[in-house]
Amino acid sequence: MANAQPAETFSPIFGRLTFEWIPVHEPILVATFAGVALGGLAVLALMTYFKLWGPLWRDWVVSVDHKKIGIMYMVLGFVMMIRGFADALMMRAQQAMAAGGSEGWLPPHHYDQVFTAHGVIMIFFVAMPFVTGIMNYVMPMQIGARDVAFPFLNNFSFWMTVSGALLVNISLFIGEFARVGWLAFPPLSGSSYSTGPGMDYYLWALQIAGVGTTLSGINLIATVLKMRAPGMKLMDMPIFTWTALITNVLIVAAFPVLTATLALLTLDRYADFHFFTNDFGGNAMMYINLIWIWGHPEVYILIIPCFGVFSEIVSTFSRKPIFGYKTMVWATACIMVLSFVVWLHHFFTMGSGANVNTFFGITTMIIAVPTGVKIFNWLFTMYKGSVRLEVPMLWTIGFLVTFTIGGMTGVLLAVPPVDFQLHNTLFLIAHFHNVIIGGVVFAVYAAVSYWWPKAFGFQMSDKWGKRSFWFWFIGFYVAFMPLYALGLMGVTRRMNSYVDAGWQPYFIVAAIGAVLILMGILCTFMNFYVSIRDRKQNRVGGDPWDARTLEWATQSPPAAYNFPFDLEVKGREAFWTMKQQGFKWPTENYKPIHMPKGTATGVVLSAIAMIFGFAMVWYIWWLAILSFAAMVGIGIAHTFNYKRDYYIPVDEVAATEAKGAAV
Amino acid sequence: MSHSQTASVRVAEHEVHHASPTPIGFWIYLMSDCIIFGALFATYAVLGGGFAGGPGPKDLFEPGFVAIETALLLFSSITFGLAMLQAGKGKRDGTMMWLMVTGLLGAGFIAMELYEFRHLIHIGAGPDRSAFLSSFFALVGTHGLHVTGGLIWLVTLLTQIKAHGLTTANMRRLGTLSVFWHFLDLIWIGVFSFVYLVRLI
Repeated sequence: MANAQPAETFSPIFGRLTFEWIPVHEPILVATFAGVALGGLAVLALMTYFKLWGPLWRDWVVSVDHKKIGIMYMVLGFVMMIRGFADALMMRAQQAMAAGGSEGWLPPHHYDQVFTAHGVIMIFFVAMPFVTGIMNYVMPMQIGARDVAFPFLNNFSFWMTVSGALLVNISLFIGEFARVGWLAFPPLSGSSYSTGPGMDYYLWALQIAGVGTTLSGINLIATVLKMRAPGMKLMDMPIFTWTALITNVLIVAAFPVLTATLALLTLDRYADFHFFTNDFGGNAMMYINLIWIWGHPEVYILIIPCFGVFSEIVSTFSRKPIFGYKTMVWATACIMVLSFVVWLHHFFTMGSGANVNTFFGITTMIIAVPTGVKIFNWLFTMYKGSVRLEVPMLWTIGFLVTFTIGGMTGVLLAVPPVDFQLHNTLFLIAHFHNVIIGGVVFAVYAAVSYWWPKAFGFQMSDKWGKRSFWFWFIGFYVAFMPLYALGLMGVTRRMNSYVDAGWQPYFIVAAIGAVLILMGILCTFMNFYVSIRDRKQNRVGGDPWDARTLEWATQSPPAAYNFPFDLEVKGREAFWTMKQQGFKWPTENYKPIHMPKGTATGVVLSAIAMIFGFAMVWYIWWLAILSFAAMVGIGIAHTFNYKRDYYIPVDEVAATEAKGAAV
Repeated sequence: MSHSQTASVRVAEHEVHHASPTPIGFWIYLMSDCIIFGALFATYAVLGGGFAGGPGPKDLFEPGFVAIETALLLFSSITFGLAMLQAGKGKRDGTMMWLMVTGLLGAGFIAMELYEFRHLIHIGAGPDRSAFLSSFFALVGTHGLHVTGGLIWLVTLLTQIKAHGLTTANMRRLGTLSVFWHFLDLIWIGVFSFVYLVRLI
């Protein structure tokens, strides 16, 4: 569909879905589809050949083990990162070409979908799964727990996130995606200006994934509050656990606003309501306020767990307790509160007047204070420590430099008069990539290299890890520093083509930077391959880094029950204490261990939720009603199952532990 | 480091039994739900004056009707309380009886709300008429959907109590449904005051 959309038709069976919505005349999409289909078939064939379907279903899909679910979140994040990054490369190529009268290679109708998909995917289906995955994997073990508070809910949350991600990907080959930017401001996203299914894919994908995110937030808060090892006080928890707690408080407080806002926009589009329309008393700025009341805490939801990751890494690789533990906790708590009183800085140009803008400008700048406290705490942790420059530490130092620069450009943008100049320019784009890549992406790579040996029992390749880091680090600066310059020249975001050929060199440099980042991503995948290939040579025990927190007191990979015995903990850095005490796990008198049972309800419900979303997107009402009724029915049926747990017998515990615990 | 002197880790002598995380988890869920209502109240506050030349609250709302609706819901909270008292004494039949009364009162509330909605749409004051009516229908309708969900839950739990009695699991469920029910009552008091009462003065 080069420019025009197929005419709107409606049939009782297929709704508005017709063959014209299959983009067979789009060479880029056909080639992508062929690639995805061939790759998918190859995977299916290999899985069948190696008889992996049974294990995949039993050990992963229906598993309620927080570690398995954590790893699946990470896989989802990496898979969706390929999609989101492909979008980024397409945009960089387009803008490097489309200067001075050239139209480039992506027509506006396609280009607008690409930048929308890039933002939506990177935030909701890459960054969110990554941070949720890390919290899921690490946090329960750090507090000495066997699983999360609600293991079934955890499985369900994960699969709902997958359903949302799949819906976005389906839109690539059936229909189209939204063309409205990642936050879908009305009236552009309303029914008058966004016809077709693209905007509806957006709404239902985010709504379904949002259910998963909110439930996961509730689950992880209850886990921290209720499942800690006896004796572990809140102020004794590892910093990562603290950041996980605060992040999930933010999720529970902010995501309902997103749910409500998207529901209101859905009513506008489907049932002719008038919340955000231009006429009948609607007010589009109401949407923009609401969505940013969610949206600003959201960026802290992404970065706060990353602060926790860096805290653990800095402390381990400096062989010192974290400097200023209490100030770290309080700084994080301050950021949690402040993140709710800055939302208006995203639209100073709304025209609320000098007083309102001043208030939000000042609150925004104040956030730099607790963040600065954290930066200094990390620096002082390294000061006079015996610092080991392993791969996780490289990412951490890269973060400290890059995030500080990104934070400072953020303070610049917090000045309302400056923002009037820079609003919606590439300066803003450069700023938030500076903090999200420098903060979140670097933290995820650091976390993967740090906890990988725990999760799989062997080290990753040092060589490929370093290559990945340097490509990412240099690539980031090459890709985004030109965008700062372009933003100062007044170049607005989301431009399909531009007249001034003087901008082109900057865009070409930025495109080269994106290719360097691509090399960084390829090095990471190469790292996965090489590490798995050489896993026998790189076996490690429970504690390969000489670390300090409880997750390292387990085997690598940890047993399903994490710890063979319950622990009683006093003081911080419990695992470090264990090592000082010369703690040894007892090797006899094991007791049966009480564990939750796996269930297919989560994945079945989520699959039906996806069908429901698809039916709503295409106005296939009968299917929507049917699938909704099925969800309610299966949900109720699940509550009639009272036998949700089992005991791991003593023999099995003994056999597992005979393989060797950490201490 | 002062804490390292007192720090210690040892294997627990007895298997650790955590208290059920369900009550606190459900409370956290309710708080998140509360924020959904908060967003809807805020929307009503901002858009509630957008009549777009259409009817306003004084043309549409009947104080007597809403008062009866409110009474039904408030009494249903009392009857749920009575059900909890019976459950606390371990009396299954009494519990079920009061739960049924609660369900009937809730169903009466929903029936009245549906009647009001149907009436409004019938006289051309549906949610597509103005931003005021959009935000009215969204806020009141969301509350109604919650009560409907509560009714489905109530019927489900009745079957489960009948089948298994007042077991620990069922008592936990009864407790959470009770909190949910009172929460909806509280939200309704907000709706009654803020949507109906204030606009009629």
